Amino acid sequence: MSKKIDEAQVRKVAKLARLELANSEIEEFTVQLSAILDYMEKMNELDTTGVEPLAHCLPISNVFRDDSIKTSLGTEKTLANAPQQDGEFFKVPKILDDSSGA
Amino acid sequence: MSGELLNKDCRQLREAIAAGRARSVEATKAVFEAINKYEPVIGAYISTFEKQALAKAKEVDDKIAGGRAVGELGGVPVALKDNLCTTFGTTTCASKILENFHSPYNATVIENLLAADAVIVGKTNMDEFAMGSSTENSGLKRTVNPWDTSRVPGGSSGGSAAAVAGGLCFAALGSDTGGSIRQPAAFCGVVGLKPTYGRVSRYGLVAYGSSLDQIGPLTRTVGDCALMMNVIAGHDEKDSTSVGESISPVCNYLEKLDEPIGRLRIGVVPELNAGSDKNVQNAIAKAIEVYKKLGAEIVEIKMPHFDYAIAAYYVIATAEASSNLARYDGVHYGHRTASKADYIEVYTKSRAEGFGKEVKRRIMLGTYALSSGYYDAYYLKALKVRNLIRGDFTNAFERCDCVMMPVSPTTAFKIGEKVDDPLKMYLSDVYTIAANLAGVPAISIPCGFDKNNLPIGLQILAAAFAEEKLLRIARMFEMQTEWHQRRPAMPE
Repeated sequence: MSKKIDEAQVRKVAKLARLELANSEIEEFTVQLSAILDYMEKMNELDTTGVEPLAHCLPISNVFRDDSIKTSLGTEKTLANAPQQDGEFFKVPKILDDSSGA
Repeated sequence: MSGELLNKDCRQLREAIAAGRARSVEATKAVFEAINKYEPVIGAYISTFEKQALAKAKEVDDKIAGGRAVGELGGVPVALKDNLCTTFGTTTCASKILENFHSPYNATVIENLLAADAVIVGKTNMDEFAMGSSTENSGLKRTVNPWDTSRVPGGSSGGSAAAVAGGLCFAALGSDTGGSIRQPAAFCGVVGLKPTYGRVSRYGLVAYGSSLDQIGPLTRTVGDCALMMNVIAGHDEKDSTSVGESISPVCNYLEKLDEPIGRLRIGVVPELNAGSDKNVQNAIAKAIEVYKKLGAEIVEIKMPHFDYAIAAYYVIATAEASSNLARYDGVHYGHRTASKADYIEVYTKSRAEGFGKEVKRRIMLGTYALSSGYYDAYYLKALKVRNLIRGDFTNAFERCDCVMMPVSPTTAFKIGEKVDDPLKMYLSDVYTIAANLAGVPAISIPCGFDKNNLPIGLQILAAAFAEEKLLRIARMFEMQTEWHQRRPAMPE
C-alpha cells in the first residue's frame, strides 16, 4: 500500500486548518488519513470524462430580494457569546506588531 | 394512567388532549418521570427543560379548557437534536467548543414546532457536529441503545432515536447528512425520515455539510412522521436553498396516508442487498414479500455507481465541513484557549482544545481535499461521481415508484467496536449516503428483529419531493405488520 500522505503533509494541512496537533495526533492521522485516501482512490475506477461536477442536487439559482432594511440582532446579542468583548467590540490579541516601525 | 399515555403515538395523544380525555400536563409529567427513571442509563439528553415544558403544557390545557383551538402538535412532548438553535438552553452540537453557547435566535423548525403548540422536552445527544454513526463521538456524554445497553444507538441522531424508542418523548427532530436520521432510527426500532434536500428549512441548523444536511423527524409511527412533516416542511426565505412553493408545493402528508399506492413498482438492487448481514437480508426479503402480497410489482434495477458513494461522500462532506467549521475561531463565540497566545495561536489552540478527534480528522481530510494540488483529484472528482450517482436514481425512478434496501448492513453494533477504525465506521454508512448525494427523500421503518432481539430497518427511497408517496408506501407496510408496536424492556 503506497502511503498517500506523510507526516510533513499532515503538519502542513493542520497549519492550513488552523489546528494545533500533538505529535501523537500527527502520527495517528498520518496512518488513518492514508488509509481513507487509499479507499477514495476507488473513484478513479470511474471514467468521468465529460461528466459535469454536481455541487448541488437541486436546480438552485440565486435568490433576490429587495434591498430593504430589516432588524438585525443588535450589538448586545451579537456579543453575548463572545469569549472576550468590551461591550462594543470583540476583543482579540494584538495583530499588528507596532515595534517594527513599518 | 401515565403508562397508558406513554403508549400513545403523537396523533393519538394530540387527539386525546384536544378532546379533553387527557391533559398535556399529565403527558409531560409522565415523560419526565420516565426521564428521571431511565435517563441515568440511556443518556439520551444533553439538556432538559422541565419547568418550561410544564408551563407550555399548562398553556395548551388551558386553551383547550377555554374552548380555543390548538396547533397540530397541541400538547405533545417532543425532543430536539442539539444542533438545532434555540433561544432557550444551550445549543452544543455535543461539542466542548460550543458547550456554553446560547443561540440568539430559534431555528425555523423550532418556530414551527412552537407555533404548532408542541411541548419541548429537551435537546438530545449526538455525534459531535453530527459527525459519526454511533453517537460515540459526542464530546459531552454517552448514549446507549434502549434495546441493549451494551450497544450504540446509532448516529449521529442517536439521542433522538433512543429518546423516541425509550418513551422519553413522543417524537424528535434529527438531522441527516449521510444517514444520521435513518440509521439510528433503524438501530432503535423507530421511524426516521430524511426529506428531500430543500424541503425543510435548514435555517438554525448548525452546518456540517451544507449541500447534504437536512432536518427530519424520528417518530414511533409513519403517521407521526407525516404529522411532523406537516409542521416543519415548507419554504423559508431565511434559507435560500429551501424550495419554493412554485417548484414543489407542500401538501398535507396525512390526508391520503392510509390510501395504498395502486400498481406499486418497487425497485430492488439484488447485489446491494447481498452485502448485508443474513438477518438483515432476510428481514428485507420478507418485507418485500409483504408488498408483493399487496400486489406490488418488483423491478430489478441497477445502480452501477452506488458502490462509489462512500468515497465521494467523505470527500464532499469533509470538504464542506472544513469550510463550515472555520467559523469556530475562539473570537466570536465558543471556546477560547486560556493559554496566553498570539492571534494565530488563539485559533489553533482554541480549535485543538474544543474539537474532538473525529471532528479534527474530518477537518483535516476536507482541508487536504480542497488544498492546492489535490482539489481536482479529490473534490472535483467526487462532484462528478455525485452526478453519476444522481443519474442512477433518475434512471431508477423512471422504472419504479421507490427503491427498497437495508438501512444498515448490520443491526446495532457494540459500543467501542468500531471507534478506533474510522474507515470501518464510514463503511457502515453504505446504504444511506447515496440519498444525501442525490438529494432524494428516504425513510427507515421497523421491519423485523435479529436473533439478538435488535431492530432492523427497511429503507425506502423515492424521487425528489415524493414524500407524500413515500410515506404512503411506508404506511402500507405498517398497516400489515406489528414491528413498530414493539417497545424495548427498559433497563433501570
